[in-house]
Amino acid sequence: MSVNEQFQPTIVAFCCNWCSYAGADLSGTNRLQYPANVKIIRIPCSCRLNPMFILRAFQRGADGVILCGCHPGDCHYTTGNYYARRRMTLLFSMLDFMGIERGRTRVEWVSAAEGAKFAATMNEFVETITKLGPNRRLEDLRCSKE
Amino acid sequence: MKKIARSELNALFAAIAEQKQLFIPADNTAGQAEFILWKDGVALTEKLNTTRSAKDLFFPQVENLVNFKVSDKKMEIIENRDPAAPFVVFGVRACDCRSFDILDSVFLSEPVDTFYKARRENGIIVTLGCTKPAETCFCGAFGIDAANPAGDVTCWLDGETLYWKSNTDKGKALTAALSVLTDCDENAVVAIQENTRKILEKLPLNNLDLSGFESDKLMELFNNPAWTELSESCLGCGTCTFVCPTCQCYDVQDFDNGREVRRFRCWDSCMYSDFTMMAHGTNRPTQKERFRQRFMHKLVYYPSNNNGVFGCVGCGRCLQKCPIHMNIVKVAKKLKEVAK
Amino acid sequence: MQQRVKEKALELLRNGTVDRVIGWKTGEFFYDLTPAVFETAEEIEKDFVFSGFSGANLSKYAIAQSRAAGKTAIFLKPCDSYSFQQLLKEHRILRENIYIVGIACEGMLDMEKIRAAGCEGVVSVKENGEELIVETLYGDRTLSRKDCLLERCAVCKSKKVVIFDEMLGEQGDEQETARFDRVAELEAMTPEERFAFWRGELSRCIRCNACRNVCPACSCEKCVFDNDKSGVRNKAAADPFEENLFHIIRAFHVAGRCTDCGECSRVCPQNIPLHLLNRKFIKDINELYGTYQAGADMETKSPLTDFTTDDCEPSIVHERGGVK
Repeated sequence: MSVNEQFQPTIVAFCCNWCSYAGADLSGTNRLQYPANVKIIRIPCSCRLNPMFILRAFQRGADGVILCGCHPGDCHYTTGNYYARRRMTLLFSMLDFMGIERGRTRVEWVSAAEGAKFAATMNEFVETITKLGPNRRLEDLRCSKE
Repeated sequence: MKKIARSELNALFAAIAEQKQLFIPADNTAGQAEFILWKDGVALTEKLNTTRSAKDLFFPQVENLVNFKVSDKKMEIIENRDPAAPFVVFGVRACDCRSFDILDSVFLSEPVDTFYKARRENGIIVTLGCTKPAETCFCGAFGIDAANPAGDVTCWLDGETLYWKSNTDKGKALTAALSVLTDCDENAVVAIQENTRKILEKLPLNNLDLSGFESDKLMELFNNPAWTELSESCLGCGTCTFVCPTCQCYDVQDFDNGREVRRFRCWDSCMYSDFTMMAHGTNRPTQKERFRQRFMHKLVYYPSNNNGVFGCVGCGRCLQKCPIHMNIVKVAKKLKEVAK
Repeated sequence: MQQRVKEKALELLRNGTVDRVIGWKTGEFFYDLTPAVFETAEEIEKDFVFSGFSGANLSKYAIAQSRAAGKTAIFLKPCDSYSFQQLLKEHRILRENIYIVGIACEGMLDMEKIRAAGCEGVVSVKENGEELIVETLYGDRTLSRKDCLLERCAVCKSKKVVIFDEMLGEQGDEQETARFDRVAELEAMTPEERFAFWRGELSRCIRCNACRNVCPACSCEKCVFDNDKSGVRNKAAADPFEENLFHIIRAFHVAGRCTDCGECSRVCPQNIPLHLLNRKFIKDINELYGTYQAGADMETKSPLTDFTTDDCEPSIVHERGGVK
């Protein structure tokens, strides 16, 4: 059995309280399946996501981090996700600049009605990260499970 | 006294490395000298000194102390100290060599720091006499002779030859195992030493007058009005403390990874706002007090507890590296000027 | 110019325009100038120096000094004036208490570069047009002035003093520069090469915090990295991750506010090219949200406190060119 077949990535999904968290709920009530690798952390708005949260998720064992928020234009606080969009664009670009694999971070807009999109996104993201393998470039060796 | 041709240095390093880990000052990718683990291809730097001092090999910036694991109501203590392999550090300058006397007086007096002690016992210091001191050097002010450094072994280098003289039992044992060295006359290095001393005389700071810092003047110095002005532009960074060969303060911190707690120590700096933080808050609320602590420690507190030996060796690193160019020389001169 | 700056400092203090002057103070050598506050004409006569080694950006000192009683004069080189105006924009400086003297600048010298050129025991450096005559304990050397400029001066972005009450010398203009070339070179590398490059650089970090403390954009009263309740406080990088964390967050916290004054790299004792991280953000901002220069004016919104409804998606990072 190859290493990749054994590898079960840990995914941290930061979900906005108003859209994406409700979207995740909906996918649950609709009995849509997405892998248990995804650990959801609820945040009040996508713009609450401090870049430090993403880095610390990687430090403490995440292999991929995804941010889900309301679609642009639909923010509960009107404009939060627009700011988040710029911040995440710059942060992801910086991570890429430092040689961190591009696929490890992602932003997806998921509304409260998009339970199916939530499940599909998570399935796809878990698959991407499984292919990428364990996070090595942003890991903290003191936290490694071995 | 022994010698080896300069062109054969690589063979000497290879012979040492066969027995123990060898660190030599070599240029890094940033064009600065640092102590690098020797392997074939690593060449001795042309630079006078390393940016970071030889202290780092004996008292590393971060060092694991112990791990704790808690399960149910039991706590397991897991020893994880680095066993510290025997090593040789080559090319230590006279100033850095003296710094070990100061570090020893702190770490090897009761209660003994066993981590430091293990590295001191495992380490052999091979010094190298200076031939091209810099304008920032002032080891002479502390009675250090850059032309004749101490250490387990002392070396001198001229255009063609490296001269090698063992001083201690550890040094002699190392020398005995190095067949690449050949015998030579003790007087071979006199010319090198004279040449160095001629330059030392010309250095602007080498005769820095450090009288007037005796312990009876402690309160007077502490309350010297010059501290406000001296510390005014200090950024509160830790550069001076981290490049200093004699700074020895550290903090003990715990890192909890969710399964176990890793306790480690890391260098601390009296320039930092949370240095010696206590439950009531900090006793050095502004940069003035932090700044004063550093220089009072080097110039007054340490000497008054150690028979007048200053806590500085005049290596000049802080003179070169401070972002705002404030340093111990400026402080010492200003304090004396104001005290008059 | 060196004499004119000193005379201006004396004049402002003597005629009562200001109560104190922020400038550069002479040191033990010719190059080790310290930023200082001068309160009397005698102090200025004795110790005030403006020279090719007055590289230190004084603008951050205006935060505290503008809160002192009376008025303070400050000397700003073009790049310093951007930092000053950015601080003003963030309401960190009380403008009415500061009198700004702008100084035309021909680029500041880097003692590290002079040393790296093989000059040891440097006694003096004389500027002779495009040449530097370096007198050392071991003989004289002649170097090209342009090879000894601070990195930020070698790729100077602007000779324009953007805010001043009075100007010494000719006002200059923004200029075309090659300052993003190195960033572009890194972007063209593979992720593996980039990762190796940054590991090599950041592994030398000793967490002295000089880059942060000197930065005019880093003016928080308490930094998150010093706050023991933040969960990320660390005094040393106990793991390479912490080096990455500190430097990514340091650069991110000043993104959109960093004027590219280059102080972070100037002060790094380990010669880490920290400005490249800041410039990466500036380059991205320019490319994705339109050209923006922090501190250039008081009105334009910072790109990170602004948005448009048709901004690109973060996935652009995955889609754009370059090696994946």
